[in-house]
Amino acid sequence: MGQGVLGATTLSVKAATKQYGDFHALKDCSLDVRAKTIVSIVGPSGCGKTTLLWAMSGLNPLTSGEVILDGTPITRPRPEVGLVFQEANLLPWRNLMDNILFPFEIKGQKPDRAWIDHLLERVSLKGFEKSFPNELSGGMQQRASIVRALSLQPSVLLMDEPFGALDAFTREEMNQLVEEIWLETKTTIVFITHSIEEALFLSDQVVVLTPRPGRVLNIYDVPFERPRTLEIMSSKAVFDLTNRIKADIYSQHTARRAAAE
Amino acid sequence: MSKDVVGGKVGKGLQSLSTFGSGTTRLEVFAIIATAVIVIGGLELALRWFEVPLYILPPPSAIVKGLIKDFPLILPHLGHTLVVLLSGFAIGAGVGMFLAALITQFPFAEKIIAPYILILVTTPMLALVPLLILRFGFGYEPRIIAVALASGPMVMINSATGFRRVDANKIALARSYGASTLQIFWKVRAPMALPMILVGLMIGAIFGLLTAVGSEMVGGGFGLGNRLTTYSSMIRMPEFFGVVLILSFLGILIYVIFFLIGKKWASWET
Repeated sequence: MGQGVLGATTLSVKAATKQYGDFHALKDCSLDVRAKTIVSIVGPSGCGKTTLLWAMSGLNPLTSGEVILDGTPITRPRPEVGLVFQEANLLPWRNLMDNILFPFEIKGQKPDRAWIDHLLERVSLKGFEKSFPNELSGGMQQRASIVRALSLQPSVLLMDEPFGALDAFTREEMNQLVEEIWLETKTTIVFITHSIEEALFLSDQVVVLTPRPGRVLNIYDVPFERPRTLEIMSSKAVFDLTNRIKADIYSQHTARRAAAE
Repeated sequence: MSKDVVGGKVGKGLQSLSTFGSGTTRLEVFAIIATAVIVIGGLELALRWFEVPLYILPPPSAIVKGLIKDFPLILPHLGHTLVVLLSGFAIGAGVGMFLAALITQFPFAEKIIAPYILILVTTPMLALVPLLILRFGFGYEPRIIAVALASGPMVMINSATGFRRVDANKIALARSYGASTLQIFWKVRAPMALPMILVGLMIGAIFGLLTAVGSEMVGGGFGLGNRLTTYSSMIRMPEFFGVVLILSFLGILIYVIFFLIGKKWASWET
């Protein structure tokens, strides 16, 4: 798969603008995602995070601007890009294995059984292949959807608030799982979240967006070593970074309120 | 699995259709059989005790006897009714499902067609049978057309409800893997609509049965409907009720068939 040199830009968003009528969901939004890194996008609701991610996936084309993956613009879904949705989005009439095989069925491609087995083992879903989604917990469903996205061995994985609906403990477990998978595969990940804590735990960079119109406000490097231990995560450096990002988001609230008055 | 559950993992099926078969225990089975024996036996005894004349209400034993005696005579009529029902239903259901799949792709066209579908659904198609007989004679055709007209719209409105239940995220999922419109239809829309389609097929088949029998009562010399009018005009009530028994059996059979299909293919929807 076409992965760039370590550190080189794989995915770049250039002056992305998305308009729905008069409403600007995104305006001149630009950012670069280096290959084999995890980048989180945070920001208040309605700041166009999901719009941006869907543009990266090629599902929802931009009004103007472009998304470039390894030198070619993304205008429609590409096999190198995997997508994980807010809800697990499994097909309820298929069992877990048939859900994971769904992309291969659509593409008419032979699945790599050994890789899928390995992934299932990794996310502790071995033995649940025949279970139906309504028999699995929310965390298990979302793990299955991650396996589905990784089964095609994408070079970029886009995750749209994947753990937003899970309880706090399951969410932490899932974060660790994503880190483990990343350490093994070094898949470039773009991760959308509401949680600053989650963003800092996972990312090499955190991008803060402003709402209405969605625009990049600040980009923070998160230079801590991996795996990120409780020790690192409770350090002063992380605490300070958290507060800076919070300040960014609060400043938006006050700016908006001032504009409203 | 609990030990005395008959039939294992039942009860997930089309819950919207029934509460039947949901984890029936041995005790419940016994109670159901015992109740049936008491009701039927009680009816038999009561009718004999009060010496109710045969032409008002024959006792169960007389009905079974009459049915067995006349069964060779009734059998070809049953065949006729089944031909009418199955061909009419196949045409109606096929057209109904096709139209439902088609119109739900065009919400604008759907709004325009909706009132006509409603008229077809609410008008008893039996009313058209005398007209159809004038045009097509006393053969199979008018009855098959009536059955198709009765079952088709039922299948169509329910299937359309199913096809309309689009989940944008599931379609986006398929699109993210480069699925074509046709793949999206067969792999996402159709399975999602299946539970509602099955409900439509079941209701359509029951309406088809009603219309088939009704149309045979209106005119012509064949079919279970014709047997009903013949036996009642001859005041042969045991045989008359025998035919009614066959008709209820057909209705139950339709229900069970679709219930089992639903349990197999649509049990994901609880």
